[in-house]
Amino acid sequence: MMRLAVILVGLAFATGMASADDATARGEALFRPCAACHMIGEGAVHRLGPHLNGVSGRTIGTAEGFRYSASLSEAGAEGRVWDDVALDSFLAAPRNYLPGTSMAFRGIRDAEDRAILIAYMIETGGAEAPQGEVAVDPRIAAVLDHPPDEAYGAFLSSECTACHSGGGEGIPRIAGLAPQSFAAGLLAYRDGTREHQVMNMLAARLGDEEIAALAAYFATLE
Amino acid sequence: MGFSRRNFLGSAAAVTGLLAAPMIVRADEHARPKVVVVGGGAGGATAARYIARDSAGAVDVTLIEPTRAYYTCFFSNLYLGGFRTYESLGHSYGTLASSYGINVVHDWATGVDRDAKTVALAGGGSVPYDRLVLSPGIDFIEDSVPGWSQAAQNAMPHAYKAGSQTQLLRAQLEAMPEGGTYCMVAPPNPYRCPPGPYERVSMAAHYLKANNPTAKILIVDPKPSFSKQGLFEDGWARHYPGMIERIGPDFGGDNVSVNPEEMTVDIDGVVENVDVCNVIPAQRAGSIAFAAGITEDNWAPVSAYDMSSRMDENIHVLGDSAAQGAMPKSGFSANSQAKVAANAILAALTDSRAFPARFANTCWSLIATDDGVKVGATYEASDEGIVSTGSFISEVGETDELRAETYRESIDWYDAIATDMFS
Repeated sequence: MMRLAVILVGLAFATGMASADDATARGEALFRPCAACHMIGEGAVHRLGPHLNGVSGRTIGTAEGFRYSASLSEAGAEGRVWDDVALDSFLAAPRNYLPGTSMAFRGIRDAEDRAILIAYMIETGGAEAPQGEVAVDPRIAAVLDHPPDEAYGAFLSSECTACHSGGGEGIPRIAGLAPQSFAAGLLAYRDGTREHQVMNMLAARLGDEEIAALAAYFATLE
Repeated sequence: MGFSRRNFLGSAAAVTGLLAAPMIVRADEHARPKVVVVGGGAGGATAARYIARDSAGAVDVTLIEPTRAYYTCFFSNLYLGGFRTYESLGHSYGTLASSYGINVVHDWATGVDRDAKTVALAGGGSVPYDRLVLSPGIDFIEDSVPGWSQAAQNAMPHAYKAGSQTQLLRAQLEAMPEGGTYCMVAPPNPYRCPPGPYERVSMAAHYLKANNPTAKILIVDPKPSFSKQGLFEDGWARHYPGMIERIGPDFGGDNVSVNPEEMTVDIDGVVENVDVCNVIPAQRAGSIAFAAGITEDNWAPVSAYDMSSRMDENIHVLGDSAAQGAMPKSGFSANSQAKVAANAILAALTDSRAFPARFANTCWSLIATDDGVKVGATYEASDEGIVSTGSFISEVGETDELRAETYRESIDWYDAIATDMFS
């Protein structure tokens, strides 16, 4: 933790912030959009995106129990690591740095903001991967306990494809998402922790059985 | 994937191929159930594609559509405003034929023999069906705007079926004299794309603000209120102050006639000279629905459970032509209804499972650069028709960032629905 405190103090100096506390507060604010999909800190589990504990220094696309897009898995297979440069480039323009990523985030233009966010992630989530298996959110586990009715999912999916078959800029692509991620996303829309007018409306009438069917079906797509 | 052009007009070769060999005759032709789809728009193209794809060749699908390239009515206003090219609205039927084995027949369907279960073609001959899907869009009601007829559509375009009419309206907008008047005669309910006329006014205003800022826009409207009214009026006040005037029925907007030769509009006895006049007449189901004898008043009533005609269970009616209940007439609605009908048809003709009908619709509109709004709802089937189960609408006072995001979303939706129909 010593090293992290130094980074934050250094940042605070570099950015003219009064203290490391200010940098932490700014980091927290910058992380808020990420929190729609990612958890970090004690008890963090995979949601729509993988948990970010220990992401710094980890090989890309290797958080245990999370199914990544082909793009991230390939980067990991090449041995690429989330070092400061990789994190910074990715956060600047996710789809430019790793074309094909499922992450529906446009990026952070300001380099200083990216440095603060990376420092915050290291401070909150540590720089080493936790040992052992990562627990699945019990609500997601409950959904995925339903039988994976792919045929029902295929029918229900026609409600998704009218919007989610395009370029993936304004509306994310969802084909091939891991069932766990898919279910996490829809649950967050259903309970309103993730806000979007269309998705909140559509998720409101999806029962656990429907979410399980959709998750099973979309996992079969490329 | 960026904005894909591979399913666009480039595939002229595929279209030519279709013309040379419109029907693929197979040995087991008699064994396979036949579905004929009339109309290759958001309802018909989707239905044909889903039935052919999901039956994996077990159902013989024929799509009858007179035009060789389909120009979407949705987003045609964005072409008018200069946000899209005309070419970007065009799609070919090549992939439906080559990837799914759909028999695409470029001809007019002129009649339906419901006893013999055949569809007559203008070019001669007829096509047999086990199930018929009619998705012919709209036609205009004669004399709904006195003085206007289809013969006058070059002087006063409707531009409410996309194609050359859309280009004509844009050309007229460009040719307007400085400080001239652009008039729109809005349609009475129900009509295709409820926010469409008002998005169109927004796009005309956007063009004029940059190119002819002293021009005026006059809306003559028989309706007391309209879709997304608060959002549009707020946007017009912010982006185009003083440019747009709307005359509703309280000031005679429901008593209008036009003179295309003189380029005048008579509003409750007051004659206005105008430079462009976009007449959007009252609407009814496409003619083939009347020819099939399945209409009541102006539309074709259907069961909400499978979009089948209330007068003939072997005919399904999709999109604008259907009287189905609560859904607005939109491309999104037609696409949604097509999937319900496709599931029901496949369950009837093959051993696939039938699932309970569910529908959704979202309509995006662009008011100005990066100022998008949307309205949407979910629906389910009832004995009385399609009923709404939930809805939302954009709010006045949203942040610029949210409005820009809504617009970006609409661009992706366009690509997605085009993919869902044609690729």
